[in-house]
Amino acid sequence: MYEYDWSSIPGALPFLAHGMRVSLEITAVAIVVGIVWGTMLAVLRLSSVKPLAWLAAGYVNLFRSVPLVMVLLWFFLIVPQFLQDLFNLGRATDTRLVSAMVGFALFEAAYYSEIIRAGIHSVGQGQIAAAHALGMTRGQALRLVVLPQAFRNMVPLLLTQAIILFQDTSLVYVSALADFFGAAYKVGERDGRIVELLLFAGAVYFVLCYAASRLVRRLQRRAAA
Amino acid sequence: MISLRNVSKYYGDFRVLADCSTEVRKGEVIVVCGPSGSGKSTLIKCVNGLEPFQRGEIIVDGVSVGDRKTNLSRLRARVGMVFQHFELFPHMTVAENLVIAQTKVLGRRREEALAKGTKLLERVGLEDQADKYPGALSGGQQQRVAIARALCMDPICMLFDEPTSALDPEMINEVLDVMVQLAKDGMTMIVVTHEMGFARKVAQRVIFMDHGRIVEDDQTESFFRSPRSARARQFLSKILRD
Ligand SMILES: Nc1ncnc2c1ncn2[C@@H]1O[C@H](COP(=O)(O)OP(=O)(O)O)[C@@H](O)[C@H]1O
Ligand SMILES: [Mg+2]
Repeated sequence: MYEYDWSSIPGALPFLAHGMRVSLEITAVAIVVGIVWGTMLAVLRLSSVKPLAWLAAGYVNLFRSVPLVMVLLWFFLIVPQFLQDLFNLGRATDTRLVSAMVGFALFEAAYYSEIIRAGIHSVGQGQIAAAHALGMTRGQALRLVVLPQAFRNMVPLLLTQAIILFQDTSLVYVSALADFFGAAYKVGERDGRIVELLLFAGAVYFVLCYAASRLVRRLQRRAAA
Repeated sequence: MISLRNVSKYYGDFRVLADCSTEVRKGEVIVVCGPSGSGKSTLIKCVNGLEPFQRGEIIVDGVSVGDRKTNLSRLRARVGMVFQHFELFPHMTVAENLVIAQTKVLGRRREEALAKGTKLLERVGLEDQADKYPGALSGGQQQRVAIARALCMDPICMLFDEPTSALDPEMINEVLDVMVQLAKDGMTMIVVTHEMGFARKVAQRVIFMDHGRIVEDDQTESFFRSPRSARARQFLSKILRD
């Protein structure tokens, strides 16, 4: 019978909290950049300039067709080189956090762009006709009438995607970056208590994500009412 | 003010509009009627360039709608349009619906736009609804706001596409009353509607469409007294009965 020993957790809490900060930072950056870039991709795909539309579609399909962990590894390998060359940083500078943020943001943008594209399609043709009939240009109609409604219709999906994203940040452990999951794993390895630490980390992820998804559902019901 | 010369429009091989010609003078009110699918909506959407057409010519206040060089946004800003399903912007309050195009399209100052919006809300009898969202209004109220929104742009003419056909019967009159008043104030109007009472009251002419053609284009009195085509007679007897 395995003897559980949770004693290494209390002392490791500051380290774990720092890991949580890293996870949340990556999540926040990926959400913001992902939604902005994803919106641009969604709009580009509707562009009447065909090559632009194709490029955007190609980007989205590429990122949606490769595993996230591969994208991350790829960014851990190439972005550091790039940053070091660009800013003349020493080889020792730790760029893993930035790499993780860039990797997640570019990857998530593909998913966000699909959500926003669906949101744009959920806005009726009549709304666009009304905007044009008032003299709005295509750009104005998009900015003032279509996108605000697209976002509003898609809030639950955007939030759900953010929750998934938060869970996925644990994949940065491939770079040995101490996000929350990575930190827990390190503590477990150090103290020979991997099982306890992984159970603890799992419980924390569960509580946070479950609470967040309950909140999303509440929001959704309120919006429907 | 508005003239259509031999306008034809196709969806692929399907001809939606066939050789449509008519003239609308300043201050005139024209009612367009005809069976569903006869091309009425398409016809008035061609007038403000919401739908492109392949043949013929449409001139609105001296501007050729079909000309590639025409700035369609600028033209549309001067032509009001009211839709069957209102199409108020649901994410904005009534006041914001009235202000948005005034500020963003006409470049008016916000206070000026708000004052204009308030004045027109009064005109349609909804001055106390400015801060509500469209979803909180009845259909008839929404359509009156939509009319006010179009009027905020100081249009040279107004196009109506079945403005009352999505409304509960008890709300039709509140919208028609606003339109009658507008007509009496001298607005140039093209109104797609089956409300023949409205046509008799304010329309100078009635256009009857069938299969994309303008079959009749008559003075209102003679249209009702003696429609020339069998199709129009049949249509009239059907809608006047119910
Ligand atoms: N986007 C479209 N593609 C193909 N056919 C269309 C399209 N829009 C309308 N039509 C057809 O054009 C005809 C005229 O439509 P419409 O102008 O809406 O008629 P009405 O307003 O008189 O009911 C109908 O037969 C309709 O099916
Ligand atoms: Mg129609």
